[in-house]
Amino acid sequence: MEAVHGHDHAHDHGHDHPTGLMRWLTTTNHKDIGTMYLWFSFLMLLTGGTLAMGIRAELFEPGMQFWRPEFFNQLTTMHGLIMVFGAIMPAFVGFANWQIPMMIGASDMAFARMNNFSFWLLPPAAILLVTSFFVPGGATGAGWTLYAPLSVQQGMGMDLAIFAVHIMGASSIMGSINIITTILNMRAPGMTLMKMPMFVWTWLITAYLLIAVMPVLAGAVTMLLTDRHFGTHFFNAAGGGDPVLYQHVFWFFGHPEVYIMILPAFGIVSQIIPTFARKPLFGYTSMVYATASIAILSFIVWAHHMFVVGMPAAGQLFFMYATMLIAVPTGVKVFNWVATMWKGSMTFETPMLFSVGFLFVFTMGGFTGLVCAITPIDIQIQDTYYVVAHFHYVLVAGSLFALFAGVYFWLPKWTGHMYDEKLGKLHFWLSIIFFNLTFFVMHFLGLAGMPRRIPDYAPQFADFNMIASLGAFGFGLTQLLFLYVVVKCIRGGEKAPAKPWDGAEGLEWTLPSPAPYHSFETPPIVK
Amino acid sequence: MQAAQHYYIPSPSHWPIVGSVALLFMGFGAALWINHIEAGPWVLVTGLVILAWMMFGWFGTVSRESETGTYNTQVDISFRWSMSWFIFSEVMFFAAFFGALFYMRELAVPGLGSGPTGEYLWPMFKSGWPVSGPGIEQTFTPMGAWGIPAINTLILLTSGATVTWAHWGLKKNNRGQLNFGLFLTIVLGISFLCLQVYEYVHAIHEYNLTLQMGAYGASFFMLTGFHGFHVTMGTLMLIVILFRCLAGHFKPEHHFAFEAVSWYWHFVDVVWLLLFILVYWL
Ligand code: HEM
Ligand SMILES: [Cu+2]
Repeated sequence: MEAVHGHDHAHDHGHDHPTGLMRWLTTTNHKDIGTMYLWFSFLMLLTGGTLAMGIRAELFEPGMQFWRPEFFNQLTTMHGLIMVFGAIMPAFVGFANWQIPMMIGASDMAFARMNNFSFWLLPPAAILLVTSFFVPGGATGAGWTLYAPLSVQQGMGMDLAIFAVHIMGASSIMGSINIITTILNMRAPGMTLMKMPMFVWTWLITAYLLIAVMPVLAGAVTMLLTDRHFGTHFFNAAGGGDPVLYQHVFWFFGHPEVYIMILPAFGIVSQIIPTFARKPLFGYTSMVYATASIAILSFIVWAHHMFVVGMPAAGQLFFMYATMLIAVPTGVKVFNWVATMWKGSMTFETPMLFSVGFLFVFTMGGFTGLVCAITPIDIQIQDTYYVVAHFHYVLVAGSLFALFAGVYFWLPKWTGHMYDEKLGKLHFWLSIIFFNLTFFVMHFLGLAGMPRRIPDYAPQFADFNMIASLGAFGFGLTQLLFLYVVVKCIRGGEKAPAKPWDGAEGLEWTLPSPAPYHSFETPPIVK
Repeated sequence: MQAAQHYYIPSPSHWPIVGSVALLFMGFGAALWINHIEAGPWVLVTGLVILAWMMFGWFGTVSRESETGTYNTQVDISFRWSMSWFIFSEVMFFAAFFGALFYMRELAVPGLGSGPTGEYLWPMFKSGWPVSGPGIEQTFTPMGAWGIPAINTLILLTSGATVTWAHWGLKKNNRGQLNFGLFLTIVLGISFLCLQVYEYVHAIHEYNLTLQMGAYGASFFMLTGFHGFHVTMGTLMLIVILFRCLAGHFKPEHHFAFEAVSWYWHFVDVVWLLLFILVYWL
């Protein structure tokens, strides 16, 4: 082996590290970058949340209250785009940054400078998205899926959204290349693939999915751009194209995308449940294989979003069965989490509460997904509030709750302080109650035929909508409590030991709390 | 085996933030421009200039670090993984456009010319390929495979061989062979591009084949256009590598930048073969 040239950390600790704003602008440290990702995504959560409040205010009662219909469409569209690309995805990347190097025994990510670039691409994208509200014609109102032909006809806001998607895609691809390389090449000696923590596994597979599908989304919006401005006819029948083509390309990205948003959540929950059940994860190997099969299957189910576009029956049957097949590995996971808790000596600190909450409510979302997957049923409920209920069960109670669980779980490691357990529990109970208040009733609305993405509705839907709006306002306010708990924990609190949870396992707990600036300067040996 | 090894971590750098400012300008500039707002091109060009500055600075730093031996074997392996995954992402980008070509040719166009759609909406439309579309009145001549495209295929295949030959030279520490091989590859790349420009001019003026020419025009120009853009980038990368070689960079056992560019070049080559078969030939 050729001589290895180490970077002697003892030398560069004292000098060479800018402070103040420059520290954050130029940092190459995975913890700094992880922190920025997490704060950015929280800011986006509040932004997207504000838009959601605007939606629910309008829907509080029938009739037009606050907004013009066009602006209402902009609210739903931008709410979706900001939540998916600004809040949920960056939050998971923030977790990856903080945790993966610590969990695999590395000192940092493989490409520390590119890591900073991936993060700093997000603010420009967010600026493009948010300013699009203020250009002539306003933001795009085509829905977060940006379906043609509507998206071909919109104003300049649409172009800003397209470029924002390009930039966020570049950010995701760089971030994923970094994560994959870190996992494949920076593991401590002895940390074989099948010894990696589940969170690391799920991110390895998520990063693969991201690299595979973000370029396809870039292709889809590029075709939109040329159809809008350069006279191509990809999505226009007059030129031999087809608006349905857009849906195919978009959902080829879109369905793997929903797994991109849930697999790391599975990973977080798989770290937390064993900790508080004080038992190793049941069926680790099957968890790994289940994750991998979900990822592979996610490429062949996309047209379950398109059951009403006029597909041949053979296509509908294929996509229906393929979709149902995904329920098998998903079921394996749910089974394993439950089996992990079986006969465990469980305690219910906030991370565990959020994880168990996740388990209940995410599973409900999985079931409604199965209902949507049944073609004859989906033909009735497509584009109704039933679908809105489904994906908020998996995205809010799935991804977002797992994120909350993870924050509470690792906050002691990140800040060196314990969070306020009482307030954390309050945050959980308020969240789960308001969440169900908001979204459970949407199932009924959808089954009764209320379409999604409309600013006004028939009077018979009034009661349920009022409940949903009240729940939504409560849910929104509750997240300010979360902000308070986190800030309080950063600023002080009971000192956290290296391993604040007695059932916790993994390399990150061998480091002191708060974790040192460079996680492992020399690789630890994993037996 | 790697017991006493330290990890390599680069020190703080301002290049990432410079790059993201560049993209902010480019995003706004492009959006303004295509909406015919006067400031657009200027904002876009400002962004591009900043981006170029960032590329120079950042890659310059990386090549200095590499030459001063900052990178150990682990970093080298990281580079290999990352380049492979980057190329995979590029493959998926092209896949989207090949998918669109397939869909339009095999599903959308036949659907417009048959069944009730054809009968009631577009009774005059005869589907087939190459075709523009039922709503486009102008006609065009499609691009044949055996003129310039065939020559370009030969050029790119040869350039794949010359870059490999240059690599052999580098491994044998035969710098003459290395430089000459690279030079040939660059010349071939530039010839390819010149021929493609000639072909485009010909298509637009003589064949009336434009981006606006429906399914065929869009897929032809978007696929060959993005490929041509990649050849341009690849050629620029090769030129940078040639200058580095002339400056004495790279060692027979340590030259990943060279290999990365040659991988990229081979990838561009393979995409061209697919283009030749699926866009020009069949
Ligand atoms: C058992 C697993 C799942 C199944 C069988 C499933 C099935 C489906 C089906 C069939 C639809 C289309 C409904 C329609 O438009 O009529 C759908 C929509 C959706 N699903 Fe799922 N799903 C599952 C899990 C998930 C997960 C884990 C997520 C995200 C974390 C997710 C996010 C979404 C989203 C965002 C939509 C709506 C997209 C839109 O039209 O805007 N799903 N799902
Ligand atoms: Cu789906």
